[in-house]
Amino acid sequence: MESKKARSPQRREFIARSTAVALGTMAFPGLLRAQSAKEVRVGIIHPMTGLVAYSGQHCRLGSMLAIEQINNNGGIKSLGGAKITPVLGDSQGRVEVGVAEVERMNEAGVAAYVGCYNSPVVIAATQAAAKYETPFVVDVGSSDLIVSRGLTNVFRFSPGFGQCVDTGVAALETINKDAGNPASTVVIVHESGEMGTGTSKLLMNQLPDIGLKVLDVIAHDNPARSFDNVALRLRSLKPDLVMHTGYANEYQLLARTLKRFKVPTTQFSIMGAGFGIKFLRESPDAAAYQMDVNHWYRPDDPRAQALKNEVEARKHDFVYEVFCSYNAILLLADALERAGSADKGALTESLAQSTWSDHFMPYAPTRFVNGQNEGGRAAGLQILNNQIEMIYPEQFASAKPVFPNPEFR
Amino acid sequence: MDFLLNAVVNGLMSGAIYVLVAIGLTLIYGVLHIINFAHGALLMLGMYVVFFLVTRWGLDPYLSLPLVAGAGFAVGYLLYRGVIGRFSHGKDENILLITLGLSIIFENAALFFFSAHTNIIDLDYTDDIFILGEIFIPYTKAVSFAAALVICLVLSLYISRSDLGKAIRAVAKERHGARLVGINVETVYALSYGLGIACLGAAACLLMPSYYVSPTVGHSFVLIAFTIVVLGGMGSFVGALVGGLIIGVAESVSGAFLGEQLGQIAIPIIFILVLLVKPTGLFRGAQ
Repeated sequence: MESKKARSPQRREFIARSTAVALGTMAFPGLLRAQSAKEVRVGIIHPMTGLVAYSGQHCRLGSMLAIEQINNNGGIKSLGGAKITPVLGDSQGRVEVGVAEVERMNEAGVAAYVGCYNSPVVIAATQAAAKYETPFVVDVGSSDLIVSRGLTNVFRFSPGFGQCVDTGVAALETINKDAGNPASTVVIVHESGEMGTGTSKLLMNQLPDIGLKVLDVIAHDNPARSFDNVALRLRSLKPDLVMHTGYANEYQLLARTLKRFKVPTTQFSIMGAGFGIKFLRESPDAAAYQMDVNHWYRPDDPRAQALKNEVEARKHDFVYEVFCSYNAILLLADALERAGSADKGALTESLAQSTWSDHFMPYAPTRFVNGQNEGGRAAGLQILNNQIEMIYPEQFASAKPVFPNPEFR
Repeated sequence: MDFLLNAVVNGLMSGAIYVLVAIGLTLIYGVLHIINFAHGALLMLGMYVVFFLVTRWGLDPYLSLPLVAGAGFAVGYLLYRGVIGRFSHGKDENILLITLGLSIIFENAALFFFSAHTNIIDLDYTDDIFILGEIFIPYTKAVSFAAALVICLVLSLYISRSDLGKAIRAVAKERHGARLVGINVETVYALSYGLGIACLGAAACLLMPSYYVSPTVGHSFVLIAFTIVVLGGMGSFVGALVGGLIIGVAESVSGAFLGEQLGQIAIPIIFILVLLVKPTGLFRGAQ
C-alpha cells in the first residue's frame, strides 16, 4: 500500500511530463524533426518486399555496410564527427509507395535520399524529393529518364542504360571482330518495363551500325511463367546472339529454358539483372559462357575483395546492388565532408562539384553532368570456368572472352 | 506447322500445371462456395517444402509428392479446423477475409524466414528433353502433364465413388439437407479444404523442377487458376481440367504468334467469350 502511494506522484509526474512532451511535439514538430548536430539523417529507399525484393535487400545491405564503416571511422569529420543515421524505407517496388516514403522521410528531416532500384520508382521518388530541394543519390536505377528531366537534386552514380548500351555495343563489336565476326544476327529479348524497353530501343538503333541484323524483338512480362515459346521461336530463327535485358528471376528462367531446349546461340545480355554469383551457383550449366554488360567492381581492388568477404561472411551474395549502393553512400559522405554542412543546398552544390575517386569501380572520378556521373562505366563480364570474369574494358579485364559460345561453335 | 505443333504441345504441358493449381481452388469453391485467397500463398509454402526436401535431404521432388500432398492435406485440414472454420462464424465474407489475411501472413512470414531470394533446384534431369521429330517436350513438363491427368482422374473417381466423395457432393449441393441426413458438414468442409491444399502440394512437387520459388511466386499462378475455375465452371473437376488445358494452349499459341506480351490477351478474350456465351462456365459445377 505504502509503495503504491509512493509511486503515485511519480506516475502523475510521468503522465504530466509525457503529456507536455506530446503537446510540445504537436505544437512544434520541427523541434523533434531537426537533426542534432551529431547526426545526419539519410533516407534509404529500396524494394524490401515485392517482386524485386532480392535486389532491394542487397541494395540496403550495401548502404548499411557503408554507413557502418563511415560511422565506425569517426563519422563526418567536417561536421564534428556527426554520424549518418539511416531512415529506412520499403518502396515495395511500387511508385506510389516510393513517393509516400519520400514524404515520410522528409517529415523525419532527412538531408538526402539514396535509392531506389526500380526505374519507375526512382523517377517518381526523385521528382517528389525535388519539391523539397533535397539531394537524391541514385545508387541503382537504369532509365535515362531519371537524369533527363532537368532536376538539379538528382545524382546518379552508376551508368544508366544509355551508357550500358554504348559500352555493350562497343564491347560486342570488339569481341566479335577479334573472333573473326562469327555473329551477324541477333534477337533481342527484354522485360516490358522502362529498363527493358529503353534498352531494346537503343540496341535496335545501334546494332546495325556494327554489322548485326536484328531478326526479332521479343518483350516479356514480369513475372513470366514460362519461356518455352521464346525458346521455340529462337530455335526457328537461329540467331547467332540472344541479347536479354530483364530482372533476376526471368533472366535465370530464360537462360535455363534456352539450355533445356538446346537453342544453339550465344547469350550476350545488357543489364541482365540476374547475371551474378547466385545465377552461377544455382544454374552453373546454363550460366556457362554467358556474357553480360553490367555494373561491376575492379577485380584487382583489395577494398572490393574486403567488402566481398564481409558480405559473404554475412551469408549474402556480392551482387552489383551491394557495391553500387555501398559506393553511393560513400559518395554522399564525401559530399557531406566537403560541404561541411547538412544543409540541402550546400549538399546539392557539393554533389554537383564532386570529383570523388576513392571507390573500387572501373570508373573515372565522378563528374556530374545533368545529374549523371559521366565518370561511370559499365563492364563486360563472362562466366568462365565457374567464375565471373571481367572481359571488358581490357585495362581491368581478368580474362579473355570466349566467343561465340563454344558449346555451339 | 512444326512451330504451331510445338506451341500446342507446350501449351498442353503448361496447362496441366495450371490444372493442378486450379483443381484445388475449384474443389474448395465447389464445397465451401468461397474463393480461397490463400491459394497462391499455400502453393508458395508447398514449393518451399519441396525446395528444402531437395536441398536438405536430397529427396527427389517427384518421389516426395505423396509426402508433400499428404502434408498439404494435414495443413489444409488443420487450417480450416483451427482458423478458417473457427473464426468465420459461418459467414462467407469472413472466410474470404480470413483467407486473404492468411495469404498476407504466409507471404510475409516467408519473406522474413526465407528472405526475398528466389530459389531454384538443379536436378540431373532438369535439362532433359524428349525430341520427337521436330517436337520438343521437356522431361519435367511431360512428367507434370502425366501426373496432373492421373491426379485429376483419381480425384474424380474418389469424389464420385467413395463415401466421403458422396458426402462432399451432398454438402456441395445442399448443406442443410446434408446436415439433416447426418453428415458432419464442418468435417466435410475441413476435409475438402485439406484435399484442395493436397492438390497444391502435388502441384508444388511438379512445378519446382522447372520453376523457382520466392515468397511471391503464388501470384504468377493464382490469377490464372481463378480464370480456369470460372472458365471451366466453378466447382467442376472436368471443367478445371479442360479449362486449364484450353488456357495453356491459348496462352502458348497466342504467345507464339502474337508475341509474349500481346499473346496474353488470349486468356481474357476466351474468358470474356465464355462468360458471354455460357456464363456458368464450360461445365456444370459441383451443384
